[in-house]
Amino acid sequence: MKKTGLIPLTALGILATASPSFAQELNALVWCDHTDPELVAPFEEKFGVKVNVKEYEGTAAGLAILDQSQPGDWDVMVIDAVDVGRAVEAGKLAEIPADALPTADFFPELVMPANNTVGGKTYAVTEKFGYNTISYDKTKVDPADMQDMAALTGGKYDGRIGIYDYYLPVLGLVALGQGLNTADIDAGTLPSLKEPLMKLRASAKQVSDVVSAQTALATGEVDIVVGGGEWLTAVLAADNPNLDWTIPKQGGLRWAQSIGVVAGTTQPDLALEFVKYIVSPEGQARLATASCYWGMPANAKAGEGLTAEQKAVLRWDEQPEFLKRAQLYPIPDAATDTAMQDMWTEMLNQ
Amino acid sequence: MTLEAKERRLGWGLVTPALVWTGAFFVLPFAAMVVLSLAHMEGRAVVYGVDAGNYVRAFTDWTMAKALLNSLEITVIVTVVSVLLAYPLAAIIAFRVPARWQRLALLLAVLPFWTSYVVRSYSWLLVLGQNGVVNKALLGLGVIAEPLEIASTRMATVIGFVHFFVMLLTLTIYANLIQLSPNYMRAAQDLGASKWQTFRHVVLPLTLPGVVTGAFLTFVLCIGDYITPQILGGNTELTLPQLIMLQMGRSGNFPLASALSVVLMGVVTLAYFLSAKWLRLDRV
Repeated sequence: MKKTGLIPLTALGILATASPSFAQELNALVWCDHTDPELVAPFEEKFGVKVNVKEYEGTAAGLAILDQSQPGDWDVMVIDAVDVGRAVEAGKLAEIPADALPTADFFPELVMPANNTVGGKTYAVTEKFGYNTISYDKTKVDPADMQDMAALTGGKYDGRIGIYDYYLPVLGLVALGQGLNTADIDAGTLPSLKEPLMKLRASAKQVSDVVSAQTALATGEVDIVVGGGEWLTAVLAADNPNLDWTIPKQGGLRWAQSIGVVAGTTQPDLALEFVKYIVSPEGQARLATASCYWGMPANAKAGEGLTAEQKAVLRWDEQPEFLKRAQLYPIPDAATDTAMQDMWTEMLNQ
Repeated sequence: MTLEAKERRLGWGLVTPALVWTGAFFVLPFAAMVVLSLAHMEGRAVVYGVDAGNYVRAFTDWTMAKALLNSLEITVIVTVVSVLLAYPLAAIIAFRVPARWQRLALLLAVLPFWTSYVVRSYSWLLVLGQNGVVNKALLGLGVIAEPLEIASTRMATVIGFVHFFVMLLTLTIYANLIQLSPNYMRAAQDLGASKWQTFRHVVLPLTLPGVVTGAFLTFVLCIGDYITPQILGGNTELTLPQLIMLQMGRSGNFPLASALSVVLMGVVTLAYFLSAKWLRLDRV
């Protein structure tokens, strides 16, 4: 062998031995809050594994990723609580033993068996929740106005409103504004939401995703975000104490995200351990204050791992009242869901 | 074997890897997308068949047709403005900047390329915002009394696009300009042509191929872009790529998304044939 060939080979060898190697890797399809390294570090250290996270947006996109993957490519998945049934129907989630989960320590409203179980079997567990309601800059708007959704289309705040770009909670809020419960949104009642939705859009400056909505509120581009909540403002609280949120008199929506084990995983035990870690008090405290967005932990014992300041930002003590006034996301059938999305698309292009 | 046959065989040998790559990663996936575009949804399941319903909807549903119109309008505006800004910049670099500094000048002109596309778009959002650099400067100079609404509008989208495509067009036009022999311009001026006449009748026609090529690339990249309208446009109007993403990311309506994508490909193909005809590529 020529001597010149030894140098690149030696370099490769050094690189190979210098790189840290893990015996196992866990692959997780997640939302952006799970990409915080502080969240997964304790789990990685305890089990000597590497957690690879891939962020996705939209349940359809997540299910499409699973469709295009081989069994065993993914181990755990974070999913909107309203879509657990959809994922189970598509054969994407594996059953998990209910007795392995600390749901007895959860806020009772967040056990959500109707969402997380199918046919009596548990397929996911709630890990985080919050509210889609009204976020605002209390130095720019009258907080009293924010207690009534009618103020949003009254003309006073035209051009200063942002709408969170997610059709389910915003249509739910529009429904509440019309005196319609979210559970009553169906093919028959949906058309009645079109006019108020378009009216809201006409008052708004923009319709934006999580990051754009946060940026807009923080920079003063908009003063109100419809569909916002603690998830929008809490992560900005330290630098922007002027940002606040409230549930108006008509009510708000409660969002919840669940985590489950992906069907076909080649390491079901490790995947279950990750789920158990996420819903443990330590995991829950870290998840509640993870970067990207904050939210309330489903496990009430997570409070022991949160500071007084963090609890104040999350409004820990006010949760019982908020939970009473918040309704769940609409869970439309496939046809109504399509109609809702078509209405949303029409609104975006108005 | 004749020399011609050998050269032909060598040519095929050189081009075959690219053909195989294109076939495997473009032609086949595109064919699969066309097949999918003729399917339809029943509930959440895709049902394959031969159904042109998605194409009919793409042109008869006003929301979808408007998205296509929005894309075309924005793309044409961006292409024209970018050409008008890039040509003088390329000409200054080619003819005014000393040869030893041209490379540095080009490097500075394309420096924004070094930033992530998404980061650049968000940066523009901050610059164009109500409390951004532009408004603060104009308010401070007394040019305006109230902040301008630029962010989350079509103008912000166009500015973000133009910022990017001026760099691209500067390169293509510069490459054309630098190859012009200065003797052409000297000859024109010797014959009594003014500078404007020299530019109009000599320089511009000779550099149009570079302009048209750059404009075509701008058109293709702009009309298919999703990020810039999504971030800078504030969803105040939908473009076709955003509509496609909505179908894929939320509705899971892949047949409709595929049909819209084929329509987009059709528009790009039409632009190609128009450019090729103008450039007379069939005679190359």
